[in-house]
Amino acid sequence: MEMFWLVPLIPGASALILAVFGRWLPKKYVSWQACLSVFASFLISLVSFFGLLKLTPESLPVVKTLFRWILAGRFSADFALQLDSLSSVMTLVVSGVGFLIHVYSVGYMAHDKGYKRYFTYLNLFTFAMLILVMGANLVLMFVGWEGVGLCSYLLIGFWFEKHSAASAGKKAFIVNRIGDAAFILGIFFLFLHVGSGDFRVINEAIEAGHIAPALATLVALLLFAGATGKSAQIPLYIWLPDAMEGPTPVSALIHAATMVTAGVYMVARMNLLFTLSGTASQVVAIVGALTAIFAATMALTQNDIKRVLAYSTISQIGYMFIGCGVGAYAAGMFHLYTHAFFKSLLFLAAGSVMHALSGELDMRKMGGLRKYLPLTYPTFLIGAIAIAGVPFLSGFFSKDAILTRAFAQGQYFIWALGIMGAVLTAFYMFRLIFLTFFGEERLEPHAKEHLHESPPLMTIPLVILAFFSIVAGYVGLPVVLGEKANFFNRFLEPVIHPGHEAHLSISTEWLLILISVAVALCGIYIASVFYLKSPQTPHRLVARFPKAYKLLYNKYYVDEIYNAAFVNPLVNGSRLVYDNFDLKVIDGTINGTAATTGFAGKVLGFLQSGLVKDYALGILLGVVIFLGYLLF
Amino acid sequence: MIPVSYFFILSILLFVLGIIAFFIKRDLITMFMAVEIMLNAANLAFIALAKAAGSPAGQVIVFFVITVAAAEAAVGLAIIMLVFRQKKSIKAEDMRLMKG
Amino acid sequence: MGYFLFFLLAFICVGSVLGMILSKNQAHSALFLVLAFASLGGLFGLLDAPFIAAVQIIIYAGAIMVLFIFVIMMINLEQGISPERKKWTLGLAGVLAVFLLIELILAIRGSWGDLGTTGGESIGSPTELGRLLFTDYLYPFEITSVLIIAALVGAIVLVKRKEKE
Repeated sequence: MEMFWLVPLIPGASALILAVFGRWLPKKYVSWQACLSVFASFLISLVSFFGLLKLTPESLPVVKTLFRWILAGRFSADFALQLDSLSSVMTLVVSGVGFLIHVYSVGYMAHDKGYKRYFTYLNLFTFAMLILVMGANLVLMFVGWEGVGLCSYLLIGFWFEKHSAASAGKKAFIVNRIGDAAFILGIFFLFLHVGSGDFRVINEAIEAGHIAPALATLVALLLFAGATGKSAQIPLYIWLPDAMEGPTPVSALIHAATMVTAGVYMVARMNLLFTLSGTASQVVAIVGALTAIFAATMALTQNDIKRVLAYSTISQIGYMFIGCGVGAYAAGMFHLYTHAFFKSLLFLAAGSVMHALSGELDMRKMGGLRKYLPLTYPTFLIGAIAIAGVPFLSGFFSKDAILTRAFAQGQYFIWALGIMGAVLTAFYMFRLIFLTFFGEERLEPHAKEHLHESPPLMTIPLVILAFFSIVAGYVGLPVVLGEKANFFNRFLEPVIHPGHEAHLSISTEWLLILISVAVALCGIYIASVFYLKSPQTPHRLVARFPKAYKLLYNKYYVDEIYNAAFVNPLVNGSRLVYDNFDLKVIDGTINGTAATTGFAGKVLGFLQSGLVKDYALGILLGVVIFLGYLLF
Repeated sequence: MIPVSYFFILSILLFVLGIIAFFIKRDLITMFMAVEIMLNAANLAFIALAKAAGSPAGQVIVFFVITVAAAEAAVGLAIIMLVFRQKKSIKAEDMRLMKG
Repeated sequence: MGYFLFFLLAFICVGSVLGMILSKNQAHSALFLVLAFASLGGLFGLLDAPFIAAVQIIIYAGAIMVLFIFVIMMINLEQGISPERKKWTLGLAGVLAVFLLIELILAIRGSWGDLGTTGGESIGSPTELGRLLFTDYLYPFEITSVLIIAALVGAIVLVKRKEKE
């Protein structure tokens, strides 16, 4: 367990080796090294986890300082990694799911010519993400934060020759940057008052009462603004749907299981700060709830299988923030943990479907596939059931935990939004299932010819993830079944100090559980009506409400609004500056200097004309000047 | 009887005339002659000074100047001959090898 | 008497220099120059430097100008070369020359009256100069002899045509 600090460094070293020597390494070796490095990380995380269980709460967190990194006056930040229950959960998720996705990628990207580059980036991403979750101070965490942003850009724009992919990568990075600016400001403000970015120091300061609630609110809001960028919440979620241009395993890893959850991790890590500021927590919860339902509505009309999943991710992260916002940080983390399994499963399975159909991703051109994909279909179905919140699968436990706590804290409006979101979630997920796997076949002839199940390298991770999607929830059984049943919460207690939690009566809790279940089943039933029993229903509905449909289909025109309000003015403004200032003034100065030099040269060239008379003139001139100087 | 300063004025005048001659003329030989005029003007100044200072050293200098001028004229004219053989012209504008 | 001689010789000198400048024929220029040198010799004589006056006439007017005339005759240009066309360098040179004139006159203004007059004892007698040359100025004397030999040899080598092998 003492080696926990190797967890990020092994994939990091692998990435470095691949980056420098990748060109000369054989493809098979690259696959083995990349996957094994992440597996090694996972093993060490596992060992550390068990070691952690043996420690008393007082000895947490275990911090290993590798070296003193920045020392500038009052500002200092060490390269220090820490191990505590929160970071342990995250490292297990990142390395475990990351490993499965690495294996899947070996199959999925087998024919891609950028194969080695892909694994370099993937390892680099794993390194950055692990630094993020294991950093012992805000500055190191921010390094990881930026690192995953960079890798996200590199991987989204992986097929950079495609214009849409390159733009999507750019969009992701720039939108993230906007959030990061707020994040940095938050770090600075905190630093000004506390004097250090170290988490232990900050927490001690909070507990000792050194931080005024007003400051806490400011910092928390700034940090959360950064989280909206990284975790794709309102208003900075716009990059995530476009990010589907990247390879599907990338979407699974980065945009489902790990990077986008970094914001949630950050809020959970800073839970003392957020608890201190009621305003900030409320903002977090409201933004989370609004995003949850907003994104769910947009998922209803998408025809691209990956886009549906993208909006679903945005929506589910909204749920996690609801959990954090109402003070149930453990519940939010729990949902993060279960979501990692079933969402990456869904993405990988979607990738499997695309692979089977030679790259088709429009659901209107699918249908009836369950006969042909005996492994993909069941795993996909399991993932869908999990996310819908059907009981006994993991999603049910985590989503229920969040909604129950929201209700318990008196946030009825948020609870209501969450419930509505749950209906929509079940509906759109099963819309996807029915359109893809059931009903009449609407396949393109070319796709139908090559229809085949995916190779084992791709299907085995699916099976493993499906297994976890079912059982992962059992570590966090609802409190109705006994106080001690929620192992997850108890595990996280040293880090996430439970505030005073309101308690509900047992009967209320059972009622809430029943409502969640009913809502989920309702959504599934409606979807079956729409897409299975009478497929004409959606078309008739669209005909009745064309405007509403158009609004949803075009994602509320948010992208267009942003373009008009922010992007275009900026682009035009910079073009203006470029034309007038950059071209004229700066280039003009440089060209002018060159022209002046040339001109001077021409003038002075007279001195070297080769004519003896001109030289004599020079001498005469010199004599006259010199004599004149002597005389006067 | 004659104030020595008159000789100086004459010397100055001759010198400036030599300079003007140098710039006006276009062929090498006459330019060289202008240089000789300048030399002689300087000689005149030296002699006048020798008289004014009462010391023969000025005249000794002039002696040497005349000697060296003779040698220089010999060699210079030889060079002009060579240049004429090469370029078939003694115009100063044609001697532009040192350009640049 | 002295004044008259002085102004006559000065007039001849300046006049012949002007003639040299304005003449288009090179031979004529050379002849004018000979006249100038001769009058300069006379001026030297007025300045009580008899030896130098003689040397001037013998060497300058006699030897150097003969060299010039030889070369002019060997480079047998049919027509003369007209003086310089108008160029801005010429104008600048003219202006500068005038400046120089003014400056030089100003330079000696200070000691206008201190220079004394001609007349009085001669200081440049040959015996006196001879003595100086072989005592105080022995080094330059010997070195100039070497210089003359060098010039002699150099001139011959330069102009010698290559022998056909």
